[in-house]
Amino acid sequence: MTRAQRNRWLLWLLVGGPIAVFSIWALFDNTRLYLVTLLNGLTLASLYFIVASGFTLVFGLMRNVNLAHGSLYLLGGYVGFVIAEKTGWWVLALAGGFLAAAIAGLLIQVLILRHMQGQDLRQTMVTIGLSIVIADVLLWIFTGQVHQMEAPEWLQGPIRDIPVIRAYSAYRLSLLAFGIVIGVFLWWLLNRTKVGAMIRAGVDDRAMLSAAGVNVNLVFAVTFMLGAGLAGFGGVIGAVELSMVPGEDTRLLLASLIVVIVGGMGSVVGAAIGAVILGLAETYGLAYAPTYSVVFTFVILILVLAFRPRGIMGRST
Amino acid sequence: MSAARWRRAMSPGATLPAAAAPRPAPAARMPLPAAAPDPYADSGAPRWLKFLWRHLSARHVVVAAFLLVFPFVATPFITFQIAGQALALGLIALSLTFLGGYGGMISLAQLTIGGIAGYAVSILGTSATELSLGWPWWVVIPFALVIATACAALIGWLSVRTEGIYTIMITLAFGVAFYYLALQNYTIFNGFQGFQKVYPPTVLGVDWRSPVPFYFLALACALAGYCFVKWLVRAPFGVALQGIRDNPRRMEALGFHVVAHRVAAYAVAGLMAAVGGILLVWYNGLITPNSVNTGWLINILVIAVLGGMRHPIGAFIGAVVFVLLQTFAIDLIDRERFNLLIGGVFLAIVLFSPDGLLGLWAKLRSRFGPDQVTTSPLRRQA
Repeated sequence: MTRAQRNRWLLWLLVGGPIAVFSIWALFDNTRLYLVTLLNGLTLASLYFIVASGFTLVFGLMRNVNLAHGSLYLLGGYVGFVIAEKTGWWVLALAGGFLAAAIAGLLIQVLILRHMQGQDLRQTMVTIGLSIVIADVLLWIFTGQVHQMEAPEWLQGPIRDIPVIRAYSAYRLSLLAFGIVIGVFLWWLLNRTKVGAMIRAGVDDRAMLSAAGVNVNLVFAVTFMLGAGLAGFGGVIGAVELSMVPGEDTRLLLASLIVVIVGGMGSVVGAAIGAVILGLAETYGLAYAPTYSVVFTFVILILVLAFRPRGIMGRST
Repeated sequence: MSAARWRRAMSPGATLPAAAAPRPAPAARMPLPAAAPDPYADSGAPRWLKFLWRHLSARHVVVAAFLLVFPFVATPFITFQIAGQALALGLIALSLTFLGGYGGMISLAQLTIGGIAGYAVSILGTSATELSLGWPWWVVIPFALVIATACAALIGWLSVRTEGIYTIMITLAFGVAFYYLALQNYTIFNGFQGFQKVYPPTVLGVDWRSPVPFYFLALACALAGYCFVKWLVRAPFGVALQGIRDNPRRMEALGFHVVAHRVAAYAVAGLMAAVGGILLVWYNGLITPNSVNTGWLINILVIAVLGGMRHPIGAFIGAVVFVLLQTFAIDLIDRERFNLLIGGVFLAIVLFSPDGLLGLWAKLRSRFGPDQVTTSPLRRQA
């Protein structure tokens, strides 16, 4: 066994060992709690994945940290809320949230970010300014009170008669499905379509892609739209589960940041891994050690940074 | 820690002139009065007098006189609420200017460092809460500074593993994580309530929280910070730091320890932020998780960028503008819409004058006045 292999085994043992011991203990102690927490964690991870995948997509292609991502999430949620209230159609709200955020993202990209291509720091500062402005305009329009969206009728109420767990919210389960569908869609888009090929090529070498005759600006615009739209989509989904108040934007922004830092910036697979880790850490932390749930997240962040500064799936640039 | 010691520790192979010997300062383009002869050049006058003669110009004297007379002319409200607050905020923003302008690392966690120092003062010192340990102030303050500086070094050590744009993300994550920690932990940080009635001690029979003493306390700290940064960026350590900002690989090839320099920059900036944080807690008289929330983390960046990150004075200009906007937003537009105003101003500055108000000033001067550049040359971040 080579040294690298041994180190890898050691790392797995160090990380996996305590988790396995905890899992066995928790399973014997209270099987139901453990499994329900697992489901909660995975569904939360699914929401995180939807939001963070947009973030990482934009970053991967444009090297642009869009710190207004959380505000786009909130924007999508509010627009979805209004549409659902006016029409009563939840699916329409989903589409509306996606579109609103996508259009906002497109405007940001075309009107502002395009003019400072290559100035990463300035672009990031612009998105910070935008996030302040968007958050305040939303606060102005929707006030500071809590908005809660109703789940569509066919997803309301719990699903009963599941072994061990007994009953579980149908809507939360559907979150898991949403996450998987979007994950598969992104995989298909990136690996099986021409646009995806362009995006991947752009991630690897922007200049070459442009030299090959591809309209890079168009690819950027489409990617930014998609990324922003995913934030809005997540906003509508999250509006049912988490409720909307000013402040949620920072929460989701932080979640996205941690997910992509842990998972590796620019990698969709990394976002999925990071989302699962963060979602599970948060929910298990809340269930088993409520006061220290944030510390868990923090410890994970530090551990990953210490051993893999570019994240689990990150590549060196 | 002196710059000379740093240099010796960092670059054992490099031969550099002794700290006292004159050296070419790359960042220095101080507008020396070309016409005025230097009467102290050959005389046996003390060195500090020579130094003052070389570096002081009329505007320094005017500004100093203004700053000294100001609190006796202005109302206590303006002295305390505007000048005091601006100086405290400016000191924290100065730490960011130092890190960002001279180190090329934009850290959003500077207010978090200040917050850690503030929390340390509240927890170890006296407050209205029973959680406070009630230690005497001359133990508490050094302790708080050491804790905050150590945290800054730790944050720096973790963030310098990444570069440029990643630094913003990671320091933001640290900042928000600390906010949630303070919010959720009741055994140490007292959760949402935080600590009330955290006042400066009464030393030498002076109540340091009344407007004029607080103003001079903040002014002394801010001035010390300003001069310290001015001195440091021309000391070997600062010059090496600017070299690392411009080309880390080349500096590494020259034998400089890049990571150590960067972590040291974080620690130095952390010390300044900690002093500012303690002043801010004394100014507010309380600290709660909301004092270190994302909004405030970003406000420090807004202040630094608003003033301009190319020169240490930018931080204080930005702070004054920020505090004025904050205080008088109520007259311009609705009090509730302050964030919209400051966000809009910030956007406008970033979009139209990336070097902040100082950059705007330099532009105006180059257009209408003689060609004089008072800002440190900084390569555009690619």
